[in-house]
Amino acid sequence: MKNFAGLLEKLLYQPARNGKLALLVDYLNGTPDPDRGYALAALCGDLVLDEVKPGLLRGLIEERADPILFRLSYDFVGDLSETIALMWEPGEPAEAPELAQVVEAMRAMSKAEARRRLPHWLDALDGTGRWALLKLVTGALRVGVSTGLAKQALSQWSGVAQTEIEEVWHGFAPPYLPLFAWLSGAAARPSANDALCFHSPMLAHPIDDTDFEKLDPTEFAAEWKWDGIRVQTKARAGAGARLFSRSGDEISNAFPDLLDPPLLMGGLDGELVALEPGKSGLEAVASFSTLQQRLNRKTVSAAMLKRIPVAIIAYDLLFAADASGENWTDVRPLKFQERRRLLEDAVAKARDPRLLLSPLLDFESWDSLAAQRASSAAHPSVEGVMLKRKASAYVAGRPKGEWFKWKRDAHLLDCVVMYAQRGHGKRASLYSDYTFGLWSGEALLPVGKAYFGFTDAELAQLDRFVRQNTVQKFGPVREVVHAPDDGLVLEIAFEGVQVSARHKSGYAMRFPRINRIRRDKRPAEADQLEALAKLAR
Amino acid sequence: MRPQDLAVLRPEGLFCPPGDFFIDPLRPAARAVITHGHSDHARAGHDEVICTEPTAAIMQARLGEGAAGRFHALRYGEKIRIGEVEVTLAPAGHVLGSAQVLLEWRGLRIVFSGDYKRDPDPTCAAFEPIRCHVFITEATFGLPVFRHPPPGDEVDKLRLSMARAPERWHVIGAYALGKAQRLVAEMRATGDERAVLMHGAAMKICELYKNFGVKLGALEPASAESTKSSAPGLVICPPSALQDRWSQKFGDAVRGMASGWMQIKGRARQRNVELPLILSDHADWPDLQQTILDTGAEDIWITHGQEDALMRWCETRGLCARPLNLHGYEGEEAE
Repeated sequence: MKNFAGLLEKLLYQPARNGKLALLVDYLNGTPDPDRGYALAALCGDLVLDEVKPGLLRGLIEERADPILFRLSYDFVGDLSETIALMWEPGEPAEAPELAQVVEAMRAMSKAEARRRLPHWLDALDGTGRWALLKLVTGALRVGVSTGLAKQALSQWSGVAQTEIEEVWHGFAPPYLPLFAWLSGAAARPSANDALCFHSPMLAHPIDDTDFEKLDPTEFAAEWKWDGIRVQTKARAGAGARLFSRSGDEISNAFPDLLDPPLLMGGLDGELVALEPGKSGLEAVASFSTLQQRLNRKTVSAAMLKRIPVAIIAYDLLFAADASGENWTDVRPLKFQERRRLLEDAVAKARDPRLLLSPLLDFESWDSLAAQRASSAAHPSVEGVMLKRKASAYVAGRPKGEWFKWKRDAHLLDCVVMYAQRGHGKRASLYSDYTFGLWSGEALLPVGKAYFGFTDAELAQLDRFVRQNTVQKFGPVREVVHAPDDGLVLEIAFEGVQVSARHKSGYAMRFPRINRIRRDKRPAEADQLEALAKLAR
Repeated sequence: MRPQDLAVLRPEGLFCPPGDFFIDPLRPAARAVITHGHSDHARAGHDEVICTEPTAAIMQARLGEGAAGRFHALRYGEKIRIGEVEVTLAPAGHVLGSAQVLLEWRGLRIVFSGDYKRDPDPTCAAFEPIRCHVFITEATFGLPVFRHPPPGDEVDKLRLSMARAPERWHVIGAYALGKAQRLVAEMRATGDERAVLMHGAAMKICELYKNFGVKLGALEPASAESTKSSAPGLVICPPSALQDRWSQKFGDAVRGMASGWMQIKGRARQRNVELPLILSDHADWPDLQQTILDTGAEDIWITHGQEDALMRWCETRGLCARPLNLHGYEGEEAE
């Protein structure tokens, strides 16, 4: 645990990507199995230890320390694990646990056992160790390591190309022993192609206005960018079917209606969308807020299955199955055009209302595509256009120059700041979360909350505004002045609107962020709620 | 005779009516007792300033001619009478010359701590607890999350990093008065005699410390030439210079910061430092408690910092505590 804790702390303070890489390679060199595999899994968010919830940790510290002092400390520090790690007064010295010991014990433990065991571990560790342990068991590491960076470190450490690692990465569970056996030269490369596992998807770069001059429209296919969730399904006759989100989380249990029976045999990349009941085809695709009711569920009721049917809009074929459905061919190395033909055949053959084909857009020039993109605003489930090079193989990650996303421009509205709350982590003790509202007659009604989109300098300005203009405090929340002639206007950019029972205004913005601070505007000049309501229709 | 007859809060700062003077006032006053030389406590423009000799020298060096009309320097433990009040200065252990102020009047004893710490510091006299009826304490680090590690551990962290990355300069942000000198002295205490490069703002104070007999060893101005003439080593600068163009001459340096706030990881990340050193010139949570107990006071007035938690602790101990809202001391940011 000591080495892992040291690694986490150094990663946290290391701003440079190369510096982080060096730290990871160092750690892989000096750490045996299975610790290195568990460490890597923890950093990539691939290690799910879900028995320890914040409430349990609060309970532990409140048994040891004055709850009032704990609350004051937590409010100041802004991070639960760190607050507890710092406040914890060690008891009897004991032998500190190793990382693998903690992970394996946590996986086997019930919630009650975890509650009994954690204090002993905390007693045995030093401050950094306690912090790392609590970060590990709550699954919120946040030390700036992405899965991509971890794979790059593995590649640098082993000398094996990253694309080769991508290929097999998802075939194994932590601590990835076969993967490490291969990378350290002790075994041949394992195969993940035949398993019902997730494969890293191919991703697109946002397109820039200047990119178009360099790109030849005849070399590209275009399709809508649908506003659902990107998914991958795999199914094999006799072996079952599974569904994954784009980050590789398995979401099969939430969508039995897509897996039983399977849509088609093989491996498919597509967009999961909700449908209007009783309708069919792409005309039936419902808004994201409808789909959202089916997301983040562990199970789903029969009533829900009926009320909100779902479908997959197929983008791409990864593995093609033969007629038996048992044998697969990896078609990812083929060109997009060739995969597309196989996909069209497979979807046509399936004749399944749950499986739709993403239509290709007809265009001669970038201008004609731009016109279609602009007119797509009428369709609430389309958020822009995807461009895919016709000759592109399906490659894990975000290869340069192959796929592009061309989103519709965001909506903008001027809103008034109403409440602010302190941030967490790097922004602890700064007021960095803002609730803002729009005018409805004489009153301002909250429509959303944003906590990014600004620079550090702007954050300092906003923080100062909050501190100097507080009218009331409710625990960690400050109400700031928001009168027609006094207050702060923010230009908020957002992707869409949904009807929300949680907000008094009745609406909530999707992906709101602060676009600009409008010091030049008085709150009275901010927008009306009506402007938002129009977008929801 | 009540404590508030001897010390009372006014907009200018803490006032002592029977002596007709302020302690660390925020605005120019006819007579002021100054605890130490940090700019939020030692402001310019008082007619008469009563303080230790090093504090007078620091004020003159930092504030220039207009520092004060005249200085009345006191030794630690030397008692003088101002109006009806007897005033004594005692070591506070914060920075060179820092003092607590003991007020005695008709048998009532009030101690104003100023900023203080209990950890040993090679650059200044150690804090001495004084028995009193009312103890007015700072509370900069008044939360149970603040338990400063031994200073030696943090200096070892710095030395280890320098040994591991000898090809990179180590640029450490430290307050120009106090922390910069202490960091050098702590390095010297480990037997490290390598020259330290010092930013101009701190160099002036280093010279002053040397004049008062503090041994800081070889110091060089941190100039562009020095980066070429010597092997990468330790550079000390004010925190503001850390992310400034000034520090770019040291190239891909390991940037660090020496401050008690570095205990909080979010604070360290706000500073964008790779090497946070938890080195504080204020009392941590256990030392604030110990000091309150050491004074024997039953009436605790808490000035700037995290007063809520310390108040709460006093209440659980059966001590009478109240906040003294001295706005204007930098509290959260000053060290």
